[in-house]
Amino acid sequence: MLQSNMISSEDFAKQIRIQVLEMVHKANASHVGGALSMADILAVLYDGVLNIDPLDVKNEQRDRFLLSKGHACTGLYAALALKNFFPLKDLEQYAADGSKYLSHTSHMVPGVEISAGSLGHALPVAVGVALAGKRKNATWKVICLVSDGELNEGSNWEAILFSPQQKLDNLILIVDYNKIQSLGFVKDVIDLEPFKSKFESFNWDVFEIDGHNHTQINDALLKCNQKNNKPKVIIANTVKGKGVDFMENQILWHYRAPNADQLKTAIQNLNN
Amino acid sequence: MRTAFIEQLIEEAKVNDKVFLLVADLGFSVIEPFAELFPDRYLNVGIAEQNMAGIAAGLAMEGYCVYIYSIGNFPTLRCMEQIRYDICYHNLNVKIVAVGGGYAYGSLGPSHHATEEFGMLRTIPNMVICAPGDPREARLLTTFATKHNGPCYLRLGKAGEPLVHKSEITEPLLLGNILKVANGSECAVFSTGAMLKYVTDFVNDNKLDASVYSFPFIKPIDVQFLLPLFKKYKKIITIEEHQASGGFGSAILEYANEMLNDAQIEQIPFIKRIAIKDKFYSTSGSQQYLRNLAGLTLDVADFNV
Repeated sequence: MLQSNMISSEDFAKQIRIQVLEMVHKANASHVGGALSMADILAVLYDGVLNIDPLDVKNEQRDRFLLSKGHACTGLYAALALKNFFPLKDLEQYAADGSKYLSHTSHMVPGVEISAGSLGHALPVAVGVALAGKRKNATWKVICLVSDGELNEGSNWEAILFSPQQKLDNLILIVDYNKIQSLGFVKDVIDLEPFKSKFESFNWDVFEIDGHNHTQINDALLKCNQKNNKPKVIIANTVKGKGVDFMENQILWHYRAPNADQLKTAIQNLNN
Repeated sequence: MRTAFIEQLIEEAKVNDKVFLLVADLGFSVIEPFAELFPDRYLNVGIAEQNMAGIAAGLAMEGYCVYIYSIGNFPTLRCMEQIRYDICYHNLNVKIVAVGGGYAYGSLGPSHHATEEFGMLRTIPNMVICAPGDPREARLLTTFATKHNGPCYLRLGKAGEPLVHKSEITEPLLLGNILKVANGSECAVFSTGAMLKYVTDFVNDNKLDASVYSFPFIKPIDVQFLLPLFKKYKKIITIEEHQASGGFGSAILEYANEMLNDAQIEQIPFIKRIAIKDKFYSTSGSQQYLRNLAGLTLDVADFNV
């Protein structure tokens, strides 16, 4: 069982963010904004919500967490390292030559269920895992985290249409709704609104929250345990680049890596 | 072939409780017996092949041996990236079954002509590609696929193909096996999939001194069996219901070239490839009509050594 840190989940989220910044700076990598936007969700999930043992990552009874927005893997790697799935020092290998820490989530990394880099893939797989859970009368749950822009992909909507038909109430979808995708604002590319009612009309239970408020994230995840034959979706309203003022809501930080000065400023920002 | 497949799959599922069948709303009058016998291991996921391939990957992650079933290009080309990334990259135990290989659904048009998938699937690591030559091979390949722990593609014809192998093949098929169907001296026809009946009839009817080999596997082909054939025959004709580019004949050429490079053979035999010449056919017609139109036919002169 994953143990809660002695620190608060908010402090855990801050640690995740700092590790994310260090990684993308060192590797000169993209996608820092989307990793920062989901850091609070990951912190709550890995701070006691998910039933996963770092020493027994394939335990049959574990909860399955599938990150679909694989480009934001720095957040997941940081959370796993901070929870002792592997040494924190390994994060220095992120995106390095010969490293297993690819800059899209790799299932070669301990604790990672699925590789993800091409968008719209992990949700249908999560649906299959949830279907297996149902057929086996298992008690574990499946959580899949997707980006908002990723919901442009039709494969997701095939899975969203399918899941209520099979009464997959063991499936929780979390949307990191940070409102920015690769080339623009979501509302300007393909508007997802009315978002909540879309899912409701697909027969999902919908919880819309502030994706940076740990109490709200926790409460929504608790509500998702209800066995009512309906899959659950948490629309987590987030801010791309959250926690670093000059990165927040900026498309630029979907791509750019912070230089040494920017890294220093960013970490100061987080510590204040 | 599809009848042989589903009957054998039922036999496999009786002794292996991990066998799971997903269909994409196709398989009327084929899959019903499986669905009735194993309702807990059957599901119609609807007309959504990308989702089906993803679900198959998820079920396989949880230990199932998952078959996904549809017709033509739908379970392959339609969800090619899910096959590559979700199934093959994670090396999951998913079997893809397409009914209507080649021009089997001739008059339904190019949407239903499955004539490019070998080439696409051959390039993907971990993928095994099978195409039975008759219903007996279809049964053996179904057993093989169920036992093989990894991704596998099975291209079936449709219903009612005649038996080519005169008696039951008593040995189980192993990965890459080649089956000898007729014995000749200097020339051999390498056939894959449902062309086999045509080839054996042609050789018999014309009383040709030629060997015929059926290749139930397009990838991989066991080089232990293939190497002696390159040494034995002066002329080899490959035939397939697929585009010439990237298909079975291409695979044979590549194996020959590798063996030449590795000094396993001194020269490559003369190889004639019979395959579709980079064309779509918009003409309505039966399977045989379209095969003729596409030049998937033998000529007695081809056998001159």
